[in-house]
Amino acid sequence: MNELGSLGIVAALAFAAFAVVAGTLGGKLRSSRLTTSAERATLAFFVTLTLAVIALEYLTLTNNFHNAYVAEHSNRDLLTFYKVAALWAGQEGSLLFWTWLLSIYSALVIFLNRKKNRQLMPYVVAVLMGTGAFFSSLVLLVANPFQELALASAAGTQPFTPPDGNGLNPLLQYHSMVIHPPMLYLGYVGMVVPFAFAMAALITRQLGDNWIRTTRRWTMVPWMLLGLGILLGGNWAYAVLGWGGYWGWDPVENASLLPWLSGTAFLHSVMIQEKRGMLKVWNVVLVITTFFLSIFGTFLTRSGIVSSVHAFAQSSIGPFFAVFLCIIVFFSVTLLLLRLDHLKSENKLDSLVSRESGFLFNNWILLALVFAVLWGTLFPLISKAVQNVTVTVGAPFFNKTAIPMGLLLLFLTGAGPLLAWRKTSFQSLKRNFLVPLIIAGVSGVILLVAGVRHFYAWMTLCLCVFVAACILGEFWKGARTRMKTAGENFAQAVYNLTMRNTRRYGGYLVHLGIVLLFIGFAGLAFKTQAKGLMREGDLLRVKNYLLRCDGLVSGDTPNYEYTRSLITVTKDGHAFTSMHPEKRFYKASQQPTSYVSIHPTLSEDLYIVLSGLDEDTGKAVIEVFVNPLVMWVWIGGLVVFLGTLLALVPSRVEREMAEIRKTQDIAVQVDNLGAEG
Amino acid sequence: MKNRKLKFGLGVAIILAVVGWEALSGFQQSKTYYVTVNELTQGQATRHQVRVGGTVEPGSVERRAGKLTFRLAQDAKSIPVTYVGTDTLPDTFKDGAQAIIDGDYLSNGVFQAEKIQAKCASKYQAAPVSPASGQKNPKVAGL
Repeated sequence: MNELGSLGIVAALAFAAFAVVAGTLGGKLRSSRLTTSAERATLAFFVTLTLAVIALEYLTLTNNFHNAYVAEHSNRDLLTFYKVAALWAGQEGSLLFWTWLLSIYSALVIFLNRKKNRQLMPYVVAVLMGTGAFFSSLVLLVANPFQELALASAAGTQPFTPPDGNGLNPLLQYHSMVIHPPMLYLGYVGMVVPFAFAMAALITRQLGDNWIRTTRRWTMVPWMLLGLGILLGGNWAYAVLGWGGYWGWDPVENASLLPWLSGTAFLHSVMIQEKRGMLKVWNVVLVITTFFLSIFGTFLTRSGIVSSVHAFAQSSIGPFFAVFLCIIVFFSVTLLLLRLDHLKSENKLDSLVSRESGFLFNNWILLALVFAVLWGTLFPLISKAVQNVTVTVGAPFFNKTAIPMGLLLLFLTGAGPLLAWRKTSFQSLKRNFLVPLIIAGVSGVILLVAGVRHFYAWMTLCLCVFVAACILGEFWKGARTRMKTAGENFAQAVYNLTMRNTRRYGGYLVHLGIVLLFIGFAGLAFKTQAKGLMREGDLLRVKNYLLRCDGLVSGDTPNYEYTRSLITVTKDGHAFTSMHPEKRFYKASQQPTSYVSIHPTLSEDLYIVLSGLDEDTGKAVIEVFVNPLVMWVWIGGLVVFLGTLLALVPSRVEREMAEIRKTQDIAVQVDNLGAEG
Repeated sequence: MKNRKLKFGLGVAIILAVVGWEALSGFQQSKTYYVTVNELTQGQATRHQVRVGGTVEPGSVERRAGKLTFRLAQDAKSIPVTYVGTDTLPDTFKDGAQAIIDGDYLSNGVFQAEKIQAKCASKYQAAPVSPASGQKNPKVAGL
């Protein structure tokens, strides 16, 4: 199996290299035979990598600890579910997984686009497989998961199979941790597709509408998955790390946020190009930036150049990535400069109060945010290079910069879609914004009366009301028109409205999701926490909750031992719930970890951690957090996800257009046949 | 039109100034020097807001009356550390673990740590299970 796995990777590398050459030549010589063979090589790349992945999964599932990777990241008593996930638990497996996902995307691109984008395809394949060749050679030469364990002794090295493996890191043994890395990676990897299309469009000078339309869709998919991955990562941190929060501005978290932010900027500014033929260079720059940041994120996550909770260890893959990143920048920027003439703007900005300028602001702020986060994350390296001292910056820097920019963005989330293209008259401003402003103002006063004194939280909630009013207003206005003209009821009208223009209303749904996310963020301002030593019968009060400890129990499972604290909670004097935070000790890895107990509700979460046993008294150290509105972060993220899915569904108008085009094509073909015959 | 552009420019400038000022204050508030144990022991003076990485010296961890002290070692040198923070220590904090501590280095040579991050030394490294013979770190050979 080890041999099979390695063989798979070698073959994949060979196919990728062939596809790069065949694709480039196929494009240059306009040879459809070469292009087709490049495409077939890409499919073979997918098949061989799939074999390698199956081989590694097989080794893990059959407890083959002769394999070094399996011995390091799995053990006999690990749940099957987690054994599968061991694939992405360590460096070698993660990189293989990354490469495999790339091969899936590449195969999908070929199936979905080879008819539509005939001229672009050879170069698209070449760029995809160039990346594929880099990653598969990395897997093969630097981080091969198919290495066998051996003992070095005087008589030479001997094969060695330990009785059991070291086990999966306990922190990773949590359900959302199993789906978080795949989603995140699908997001990272997927950004290579828009990049490939952008490069192909630049090379072939086919810089019309076609590539941008294809690229927009191919950006939405990874953008959506990256967002979901970030959210699941937050969920994991919240439920497992036990510090009561979901985001800590850790370098690895930041790395995942960066391409998401620049991708968001692209998805917005691309609309200006579609509607008005502006910002063409800028859009290419955003595609390049997003791809660069994705690879950079992978690099940051995997190399450990910046110390992080996730990876302190130094690794040898750093220089390879650095070279690859340099190649990307050099190649793409040179190409862009050579094609500047083909990317002239067709229009100029007419007014500062228009949809275009709304998008422009959105772009500036998003990019400023990217810059600030990048700056803070890389500051240890920058200061080391400039002054030879390593200076790190923490959460306060990120919060202080991100909050004001985030609030401006939130405002645009509501205001932007209501601005007219080209120029918005004062009348239309008044018509569109008067009601939302009044509603937001009234809510602001209510919040003040209700005792909200935290400025940023108050501001956030007011803006949330404003944005929600703007967007729901759009749905309402659209539905009312349909109800009048088509005689539909409200639900029908909203449904038909949405399905007719999924892009627009899906986008609105995404914006509503963002509002819900910000409501969740605002909750951070009202966090309460308490800590106490508890033995049976002890009480601990947090806000209006009263916790009573009913004792400690210990137990044993094949995979871990646990100590569980039994806690009964009353709220405002009424029985509320019982909770059981645990401290677990995983046998294979010899590591303790906390298992947080969370009671989530829409208004607030009660979050209890058993952080340990006090050595002097033997009492349980109990930490309690009351986290308001956290649930809305998860709901908001889900709404963003669903909204993006909706926007990906072809709208009725689009489908009708496609039908028409198809019939025309057939007609043309029939004509041609007639002419030939 | 000119007047409006001016107003607009002014608005942008104000926003930039606010964000810039916030960034600067956040930066001042949270910037931490990353130093080695060696660098700390060489200088005599008190140093505020520093971060040190090292290994928790085995057997040095003492918990008394709710107070935690240990020694953080790097190469041959080590410094005494007192934990004064309120957060619960990470599960990975134990003898021999790699730790990163944030806090102040006092002139009496004691480090007051406000924050401790730790990682189990054996994790992520290629040091698979030691066999019964007691031989440590079997080498990983290629195919």
